[in-house]
Amino acid sequence: MKSLETYLRALRASGRKALVPYFVAGVTPHWVQHVEAAVHAGADAIEIGIPFSDPMMDGVVIQEAALRALQAGTTFDSLCTDLAKLSTSVPLVAMTYFNIFHHYGLERSAGKLQSSGMSGAIVPDLPLEEADQWRSACAAHDVANIFLVAPSSPADRISSIAKATEGFCYASARMAVTGKSNNTGEGARVVSEIRAVSDVPTYIGIGISTPEQARAASSVSDGVIVGSALVQIILNGGGADDVESFVGGFRRAIDE
Amino acid sequence: MTDSKVFMTPPDERGHFGTFGGRFVPEALMPACLELETAFVEAWSDSHFTDEYRKVLHEFGGRPTPVTPLHRLSEQLGLRIFAKREDLAHTGSHKINNVIGQTLLTKRMGKTRVIAETGAGQHGVATATAAARMGLECTVYMGEIDTERQALNVFRMELLGATVVPVTSGSRTLKDAVNEAMREWVTCVQDTHYCLGSVMGPHPFPWMVREMQSIIGTEASQQLQQLGVEEPDLVVACVGGGSNAAGVFAGFANSSTRLIGIEAAGGSAVGKGSPGVLHGMRSLLLQDEFGQIEEAFSISAGLDYPGIGPEHAYLAASGRAEYFAIGDEDVINALQVLSLTEGIIPALETAHAVAWILQEAGKQIPLGSTVLLNLSGRGDKDVAQVREILRAQS
Ligand SMILES: Cc1ncc(COP(=O)(O)O)c(C=O)c1O
Repeated sequence: MKSLETYLRALRASGRKALVPYFVAGVTPHWVQHVEAAVHAGADAIEIGIPFSDPMMDGVVIQEAALRALQAGTTFDSLCTDLAKLSTSVPLVAMTYFNIFHHYGLERSAGKLQSSGMSGAIVPDLPLEEADQWRSACAAHDVANIFLVAPSSPADRISSIAKATEGFCYASARMAVTGKSNNTGEGARVVSEIRAVSDVPTYIGIGISTPEQARAASSVSDGVIVGSALVQIILNGGGADDVESFVGGFRRAIDE
Repeated sequence: MTDSKVFMTPPDERGHFGTFGGRFVPEALMPACLELETAFVEAWSDSHFTDEYRKVLHEFGGRPTPVTPLHRLSEQLGLRIFAKREDLAHTGSHKINNVIGQTLLTKRMGKTRVIAETGAGQHGVATATAAARMGLECTVYMGEIDTERQALNVFRMELLGATVVPVTSGSRTLKDAVNEAMREWVTCVQDTHYCLGSVMGPHPFPWMVREMQSIIGTEASQQLQQLGVEEPDLVVACVGGGSNAAGVFAGFANSSTRLIGIEAAGGSAVGKGSPGVLHGMRSLLLQDEFGQIEEAFSISAGLDYPGIGPEHAYLAASGRAEYFAIGDEDVINALQVLSLTEGIIPALETAHAVAWILQEAGKQIPLGSTVLLNLSGRGDKDVAQVREILRAQS
C-alpha cells in the first residue's frame, strides 16, 4: 500500500474527518505560506494544483488562478523548488492535467513528485483506461494515483475505479467543473456507491464552498476537498491570515 | 500498432491509431463517450440509419457534390487538376456532412439538444443549420475574439435559432471554445450531445467524424473513375483538425495515391508540434517546453488550432500521408489565382491547399501528375477579410 493511503487510513481510524484544501501553485510569490497557514489551521492534506494552460475540468476561479500562475512563470520545476521551503508533516497531493506529466516524462514526473514531497497525484483527464503507464511510473516512486468517481459513473466503472484508486477515492459531488455551488449535490450517493464496493477512504469534492456544506459532506464521507472558494480568497488578495481563518472555519464546522 | 499496409480502418477498441488517439476525458464524461461509441457503432451498421443519412445529405445537403476539372489552372501548371467541390454543399463547406450524421445520431440517442465549438463559425453555422432541420436545440461556443472577427456568422447562427456563447477564457479562440464546450457538456450530458466539428477529441469522435466525412472520398474516387482517372497521383487537402482531409483521404487510403495534408504555418502541429494530450486525445500539439499549449496563428480561423486529429498524427508517423505548411503570405495569392483562373473563390482554409499546388507544380508534384484538390469550402465568408488585406497591401 502506498504511504499516502496508509497515512489516510490511519487518520480515519483515529476518528478524524480529512480536510483537504486546494491551492494553485505559484499564483502569488508567497503561495507556500498560504499552504503553511492552511496546515496550521487544521488541514490534513494539501492538494497542490500545477497550472496548465487548458484546464478542462476547472471553472472560472481556478482557470483565472492557473493563468496568473503561468503568467508569473510557474513551472513544474519551479513549484517543486518552492515546495522545498515548506516544512509540514501533512501529505501533499499534486493535481494537474495529464499533458504536464506526459511532456515532462512519466517516470521523471513521478520521481519529481516523490523527491518534492508529493505522495499522491490527481489527474482528472486521465481515466482508468489510459492510466497504465502512469500508474507503473507512480508505483516505482510511492506516488498514490487518485481517481475520481463522477455522479454519472455506472456501477461497473465505480467498482473498477475504487479498486484502482490509491490514497483515497475522489467522489465528485456534481456533474460540473470546479466552482462554487449552494449544496453538496450528489456527493452522499456517490460515496455510498463507492463504499458498497471498497473500504478506501473516500472524500467529497467539487463545489464544496461553505463550512456548512463541508460539515454535511464530511458526515457522509471520510473527508472533503475545498478548492475554488479558497482560491477565490487568494485571487482577491487575501494573505496567510485570511487563509488561516477560512480553513479554520471549515475545520471547526467539520469537527462539531 | 498495425504493421499491415491497410490504413483508415477503425482504431483499436480504446480508440487508438498507433500511439495516438484514445480517450483522455474526465470521468464525468466517460459514460457519455462510451454511450456515443455504442450508438455510433450500432447506427453505422444499421442500413435504416445510413440510408437516412445519405437521403438527408442528398435532399438537404446538396450531395453528391461534383468533381470539376480545373482546365485553365491545369494548363498553366502542367498538371491535371480536379477539384472535389465541397464548396457547393449546403452551408458552403464539407462541415455539413459531419453535422447531419451527428444530429441524426443525437435524435437516435434520444437527446434533444446539441452543443458545438466553432472557430470562424463554419462548423457553428453547419450545426445550427442541421439542428434547425432536425428540430434540436443548439448552443454554440465561440471564442470572444472570433465572435468579433466573424460577427456575420454569429448572426447567421442566431437566425438559425442557435444561441451563441462568447468564450472569454484563455486565448478566447477555437482552443478555448473546445474547452468551454467540454466543460458545459459535463453539466448537461443527459440530454445533450456534443457535436464536435473535426476529427479530434476523445474516441469515438476522430473515427466517427472521419466516417461521416468519408463520403467525400468515396464519391470523388467514383467520379474520377468516370472521368477516366483510375487513381490520382496526389490528393491534396487543407488540415485544421483534419476532417475534410480525412474524409477525402479515406477514399484513397489503400491505393498508391500520395496523400498530402496542408497545415497553416502558424498552426502546424505535424511540422512544429510534439506528442501531447489535449481535448481528450493524444496527438501532435503545439506546446512550449513545459507542456503548456501554445496558440496557433493563422489568417484562416478554421486552421487556427494548435493540434491535429490523432489519425493524421498516425498517418504522418507511419509515412502514409505527408504534411506540409503554407504561410499566410501565399494564401491570399492562391485565393486570387483560383478565383481568376477557375471562377471559384475558395475559403482561406482551402486556399492553403491551392497554394501548395501552385508552389510545388514541377517540384514535389512532377509535371503531368493527376491531382485531386479537396475544395473544402467557398470563400464568401472570407471576402471582407481578404478585401481588408488587399487594401492594406496596395
Ligand atoms: C472550408 C474549411 N476548410 C477546412 C476547415 C478546417 O477543418 P478540417 O481540418 O476539420 O477540415 C474549415 C474549418 O472551419 C473550413 O471552414
